[in-house]
Amino acid sequence: MTIVRRQALLTNNLSNGLSKDEVVALKRVAQRIRRNLLVTVAEAGSGHSGGSLSETDILTTLYYSILTHDPQNPSLPSRDRFILSKAHACPALYTVLADRGYFPMSDLSSFRKIDSHLQGHTRIGTPGVEMSGGSLGMGLSFGIGIALAARVDSKNHNTYVLLGDGECDEGQIWEAAMAASHYKLDTITAIVDRNGIQNDRFTSEVMELEPLAQKWRAFGWRVLTVNGHSVPALYKAFVQAKQTKGQPTVIIAKTIKGKGVSFMENNPGFHGKAPSWGELAIALAELGAKPEGKDSAWKADMLTMGYSPERISSISNAIVQMKVSQT
Amino acid sequence: MTTTATRESFGKALLELGHRNPDIVVVGGDLNISTFAHLFAKEFPNRFFDLGPAEQNMMSIAAGLAASGKIPFVSTFAVFGTARPYDQIRVNIAQMKSNVKIVCTHAGLLTGEDGISAQSIEDIALMCALPGFNVVVPSDGPETESVVKLAAEISGPFYIRLSRPATDVIHQTPTNFVLGKAEELRSGSDLSIIACGIMVSASLKAATELAKEGIQATVINMSTLQPLDEKAVLSALDTGAIVTAEEHYIHGGLGSLIAQSAARQGAVPIEMVATTRYAESGKPDELLTKYGLSSSDIVDAAKRVVGRKRD
Ligand SMILES: Cc1ncc(C[n+]2csc(CCOP(=O)(O)OP(=O)(O)O)c2C)c(N)n1
Ligand SMILES: [Mg+2]
Repeated sequence: MTIVRRQALLTNNLSNGLSKDEVVALKRVAQRIRRNLLVTVAEAGSGHSGGSLSETDILTTLYYSILTHDPQNPSLPSRDRFILSKAHACPALYTVLADRGYFPMSDLSSFRKIDSHLQGHTRIGTPGVEMSGGSLGMGLSFGIGIALAARVDSKNHNTYVLLGDGECDEGQIWEAAMAASHYKLDTITAIVDRNGIQNDRFTSEVMELEPLAQKWRAFGWRVLTVNGHSVPALYKAFVQAKQTKGQPTVIIAKTIKGKGVSFMENNPGFHGKAPSWGELAIALAELGAKPEGKDSAWKADMLTMGYSPERISSISNAIVQMKVSQT
Repeated sequence: MTTTATRESFGKALLELGHRNPDIVVVGGDLNISTFAHLFAKEFPNRFFDLGPAEQNMMSIAAGLAASGKIPFVSTFAVFGTARPYDQIRVNIAQMKSNVKIVCTHAGLLTGEDGISAQSIEDIALMCALPGFNVVVPSDGPETESVVKLAAEISGPFYIRLSRPATDVIHQTPTNFVLGKAEELRSGSDLSIIACGIMVSASLKAATELAKEGIQATVINMSTLQPLDEKAVLSALDTGAIVTAEEHYIHGGLGSLIAQSAARQGAVPIEMVATTRYAESGKPDELLTKYGLSSSDIVDAAKRVVGRKRD
């Protein structure tokens, strides 16, 4: 079992922003995460593709450039906490955690299977997972508990909580929103994955959330609205959030559910659906996978994740076929 | 008999714990004077968080505090601290085995005049349906103090159920509560009365009455409902008949738990003293009488069960 330890991409002083090279590198990481999470969901045969793809750039930016953490010591007391409140979108989190070396990449193929630590919704016990979830609405409150404990102990780690937009229908989110600003918890940053889709349909059809920024502002939060697929924009927002004093910050990250895969993008049908193996090949190709050459690293990743050479070459052949039929 | 409110004993124990252990924190929901958490709040304002009547938030926050090494005591009324935030308790506390202590006051019919929305008669069933949750219903003030202090020392979730009014003190000396261990308060060979909470005192009174008529009852204080003292149930089987007594709905409470344990270990007639329906506004004593939870109801149940034994 190989643990691939991919390092944080920067160690710098935040105010400098990201260099062009760093942005390129982070984007490449995000594409790799997207590919590997889809492989993981395809192997499981079920799982949440859409919300995993929409949050990938947010997770990548956090885990590769913002968070203070140590994959070899997941319970490091001074670590920043990341809580995936929309716990159904765990395939992206698991893939990022494995990518960073919290546990072997080969564990990913056990996702949703019996005896695996990679449960269908996050559960503590998986290295790097801070909260058991699955019932929407709880993560922000949980994060407040962590932030209050830090205040009691005069510690200054930050707590990041990723919420779904549909999740914001839950009353508990607004109980928590009120409490975080009441306690002036400036160590809390919430991120809303504003992909516009919830379980069944578009958020505007199920339950209108707008004006969302105004709602958070009215609850006492600093609101930053960004393109949730722009690494530099996310990075900048996280830095601003960190520098904000006296109030919590929410980043409304405008995203596309299913981002990066044409037939999943903005498609409510892929909220909780896995791609078939055939669909996976198309998805991987759209995410930059090539049968050979410098863009064939996905093959090595699949080997590391424990897939058979046969499985890999059948996907590779399918990608070749696509190219042929296009020309 | 002297009386004291178990909630007041809780407040005092909590204050003492606060002095002893800096990791104790308290989370409340705008009922802190009633729950006596205000004693702690006054002394340790930085370790006390009033979240208003927002119980779902409260439970998840407590779990977050516990995840950072704190020992949170969450305190509110029994209806608001169990039924309302049940899924938060389930996912963030029970499933995570969080070190959170939920101490609820104003349980059962004793809540009285406020009526049925405030009378928690389902909470034992709810909390015992959570695997790994320690569920304790102390019989009086001194036992409450002992339970609260022990809960702070045992890692893992607790539900402790307390009452509003002053109730009988049956332990004259400080008790040494042991989690999961029943306490035999009186011994007799004709039947065993197994009770929890305020019904322990009623059971002792009933046993005195029964003795006058030549029926000798063992009285057991089953203050821990989960994990249940199965051995105590086994020895109760030796008396050949059991009466259970609780201030709770008849389904899913003490009676159900004892019947389940008894059925696994043997077979004796069992009668249950518990409420079978929602009550109404009224004085606590009036409610206990009208809804079948007085010591004379225990006496009647004892006679019935002993009669079935002779059949
Ligand atoms: C309390 C609760 N109710 C219902 C569900 C079922 N559910 C799972 S995901 C989901 C929609 C979530 O939408 P959103 O938060 O927008 O997630 P995303 O689009 O980021 O995947 C629902 C209703 C749940 N998990 N928890
Ligand atoms: Mg959504």
